[in-house]
Amino acid sequence: MLNFNPQLIIPELYMVALLAILFVQSISERLKDKIVWVPFAALLGAVLAGISPTPNEYMFYESYRIDGLSQFFKTIIFLGLAICAGNALRVTTLGVANRSDYFFFMYMSAFGLLLLSSTVELFTIYISLELASFSLYILLPFRSRDPRAAEAAIKYILFGAVATAIGLYGISYILAVQHTTYVNELLLMDWSFAHQPMALIGLTLFLLAFLYKLALFPLHFWAPDVYQGASNETAAFAATLPKLGAIVVMVRLMAFAPGIEVKTILAIFAALSMTIGNLTALIQKDLKRLIGYSSIAHAGFVVMGLVAGGAYGLAAASYYALVYMVMNLTIFWVITRISQDGKNVHLDDLRGLYSSAPIMAFVLAVAAFALVGLPPTAGFIAKLFVFNSAWDAGFYWLVIIAVINTAIAIFYYLNIVRHAYTLDQEVPGKLSISPIGASVAVILAIGVLYLGVMPQDIFDFLMQASSAILF
Amino acid sequence: MLNTGFPVLSALIFFPLIAAVVLFFLRGDQMVRIFTLVVSLIECILVLPLITGFDTTTAQFQFVERHAWIEAWNIFYYLGIDGISVLMVLLTVLLLPICVLCSWSYISQRVKEFHFCLLLMTAACIGIFSALDFVLFYIFWEAMLVPMYLLIAVWGGPKRRYASLKFFLYTLAGSTLFLAAIVAFFINTGTFSIPELMEQHYTFRFQLWTFLAMSLAFAIKVPLYPFHTWLPAAHVEAPTAGSVLLASILLKMGTYGFLRFCLPITPAASEFFAPLMIVLAILSIIVGAFLALGQSDMKKLIAYSSVAHMGFVTLGIFVFAFRGVEGAIMHMVNHGIITGAMFLLVGLLYERSHSREISDNLGVSRHLPAYTGFLLLFSLAAFGFPGTNGFFSKLLVLLGVFEHSYILGILFVIGLILGLAYLLRLLLNVGWGTPSMASGWKDMNFREWLYLIPLGLLVIYLGVAPGRALNFMGASIENLLDNFEAERTIRIEPAHEPVSEPAPEPAPEILSRCVLEYESSTGQNFEITATNWAQNQLGSYQDIK
Repeated sequence: MLNFNPQLIIPELYMVALLAILFVQSISERLKDKIVWVPFAALLGAVLAGISPTPNEYMFYESYRIDGLSQFFKTIIFLGLAICAGNALRVTTLGVANRSDYFFFMYMSAFGLLLLSSTVELFTIYISLELASFSLYILLPFRSRDPRAAEAAIKYILFGAVATAIGLYGISYILAVQHTTYVNELLLMDWSFAHQPMALIGLTLFLLAFLYKLALFPLHFWAPDVYQGASNETAAFAATLPKLGAIVVMVRLMAFAPGIEVKTILAIFAALSMTIGNLTALIQKDLKRLIGYSSIAHAGFVVMGLVAGGAYGLAAASYYALVYMVMNLTIFWVITRISQDGKNVHLDDLRGLYSSAPIMAFVLAVAAFALVGLPPTAGFIAKLFVFNSAWDAGFYWLVIIAVINTAIAIFYYLNIVRHAYTLDQEVPGKLSISPIGASVAVILAIGVLYLGVMPQDIFDFLMQASSAILF
Repeated sequence: MLNTGFPVLSALIFFPLIAAVVLFFLRGDQMVRIFTLVVSLIECILVLPLITGFDTTTAQFQFVERHAWIEAWNIFYYLGIDGISVLMVLLTVLLLPICVLCSWSYISQRVKEFHFCLLLMTAACIGIFSALDFVLFYIFWEAMLVPMYLLIAVWGGPKRRYASLKFFLYTLAGSTLFLAAIVAFFINTGTFSIPELMEQHYTFRFQLWTFLAMSLAFAIKVPLYPFHTWLPAAHVEAPTAGSVLLASILLKMGTYGFLRFCLPITPAASEFFAPLMIVLAILSIIVGAFLALGQSDMKKLIAYSSVAHMGFVTLGIFVFAFRGVEGAIMHMVNHGIITGAMFLLVGLLYERSHSREISDNLGVSRHLPAYTGFLLLFSLAAFGFPGTNGFFSKLLVLLGVFEHSYILGILFVIGLILGLAYLLRLLLNVGWGTPSMASGWKDMNFREWLYLIPLGLLVIYLGVAPGRALNFMGASIENLLDNFEAERTIRIEPAHEPVSEPAPEPAPEILSRCVLEYESSTGQNFEITATNWAQNQLGSYQDIK
């Protein structure tokens, strides 16, 4: 039944209102550049989503579900959006005329992600995914007169279209074999390879569409190019939020407890993803490209939690998603602050950062050490959770590969810190960082440390949330 | 377990951290130095309860603090010390004011950050020696790397970037597998608590792998012979305070790890791998000594001598004799004092000659008599001259080693003689070599006296009257070795011995916790863990009863 209860979807309705305002702004000459309110509006959205109830209730003919998991992801999507929007307030590579369009598409993409975190029907999931993706396709080339941005966008669109088409093809298999596309019904189905091989193939194909979003091997190749080509601010958005959308859907799908075949395939992908991402990142000079490869490696860690499955594994993966978002937003915040005229930042540009912008150097170091997974940052505790659940599920070899990867990864992250702290600039100078820019950076760094030291409340919430979606 | 009202250990860990944050708001280099010195002295006062309140008659953990931290994973904020760790905590705290004083004039750039790193380092080191939860331990273990890296990379010598990178990569790579071992322990037993893990029994196969993973991390930290290459590089490039911290505290973490984790948790594997560890230790002693003999750089010489000294310590541990372990722990402390002082002396000379080559620092005795006196004292102690602390601890290790085998004892003595050779070479050249380079150099000033005197006094005190210090550890070592004797041969038996008799009436809250844990775990894989966890809980409940 329809069961339309507006109270439960306040965050989504609020987002629709924001989109309406942005749309009006984008067609009005007078209001076009009045966009300072945008990040604050997203912050309010985070509050709305954060305090919204989590009744585990279905809406819209059982295709939409409000539960702990969805509200958690909505909250962090809004939070991330607020930071991305704050970041993008000063996109230097963007004409004034395009400002509100830019935010319109960014918020539209986030809207798709909000829907994605609640949808529990395969076609609805697919439509939400497309909503999120198409807006992002438009967002990427917003970098005035830069052919690389256009190249990145085209690459993303073409491969994205193929990936989603494969996903759609997967749905057809699932529908043909299981006779339903509702997740709550699919949850009760048999997902063993022996009984339902076609369904399992369909599920794998459908997952591929999300692996693409997550930039997991073998669908990882777009990440470095897109990060490098898009403007710093857009890259910050593209690197973080769409992955949350992909992760929440995968969390729901992995609750099916599919047979060991799918899990093993995903585990192998995760292992290869980590190894390839980290090894390739070793030789990168462009900071955004480096983060691109590092994000491929991190996707592997998330998938580790997913293949472990169970309440612990899914909660660990969700926690890793949150930590991943905060770490990346932190490092991107620093990149956008220290980049000159919106240009890409190279490792050599970081030289002497400790003297030219001490706060930024400190925050950069915190973010880099978090990405390595050094305690007491969030990166460590998130990894520990993932390792625990993967070892518990019997993926010993995956944990061993993961810890070896941590050892590989330390080199290039440490290299970032090394450039910032131990090398000197050729021409000493000061970077001017606005007080707001510095304080947000510090808040983000504190967030990274907080999530590492005090994870228990959020993790307990995630444990309940992921238990609720299992059976 | 003994408990006191005031959380001494937490205070010791968090006071430097809070001070480090306050440091950011101070202005002026001199101000920063004075502030840090005051903080370090207060820290020294805070540590006094550990000396007065420590009960030397029990092997239990004392000053225990235990608070739930991440309940979903059974992780606790769990601190406590016993006879093995108490002296290391004391040494760590003692070295902080010395490090501040020895960098007073040497560090002139980025003073604030330097002292920030020192304070962070102290907090992390105390955390390592007092953590009783595996995750907490690992957090401190890794967190210590960052300030140490920065100490070398920012304030170090000309090749500091290479040395610091090598240090970081080496130690981090070594400890990643350690993390995997921690995870494996948790999944097998359902707990991260180190005292609880010590009471468990594991299959031999499991012990084998976890021992290898853990001991790789520790062997790199010690460093044992094939893993020692990061040490000279890091030592030579680090500033004096960094070298002191490295030599006196960091290296001890490895041997502390052997004592705290390998012997009690994986006894059968320790027994199995003991010959290997002994060979590595002997190799460290001999190779370290020969390498030290060949050095012309004073810091490098002392760095290689550290490799040899830590070989003595490792040897003392893996002969599994009471005297050996006692001597090993004692030598950890003594080596911390002596080598720390030796690095201070080299740093002191470096501030005058701006070179660490022996040939640039010849014949200082006429111009720097007080300095030469200290050099003589500490060199004798490093060699193990009777009446100094080095003599006593080496004697104890030697006793333990001879108990084990005569051949080892003879090799040990050869190591001792080589030690005499390289130290005499250093001492004679620097003290009385010709031509003298030291004309015009000033002898030690007040500040330098100030930080060498406590170490000098300790050298003599621990050499003449080591009984008090030995008292601290006696009960713990006895307990450690008793448990080890009981466990070393269980390797043929199956891993999880079934609980022989069911608990007569399990406490209701424990049962309900077991059930809760069981229910919240949904996947079929978790069942095994949950049952194990429940068994442990029941087992420990029985122990309490």
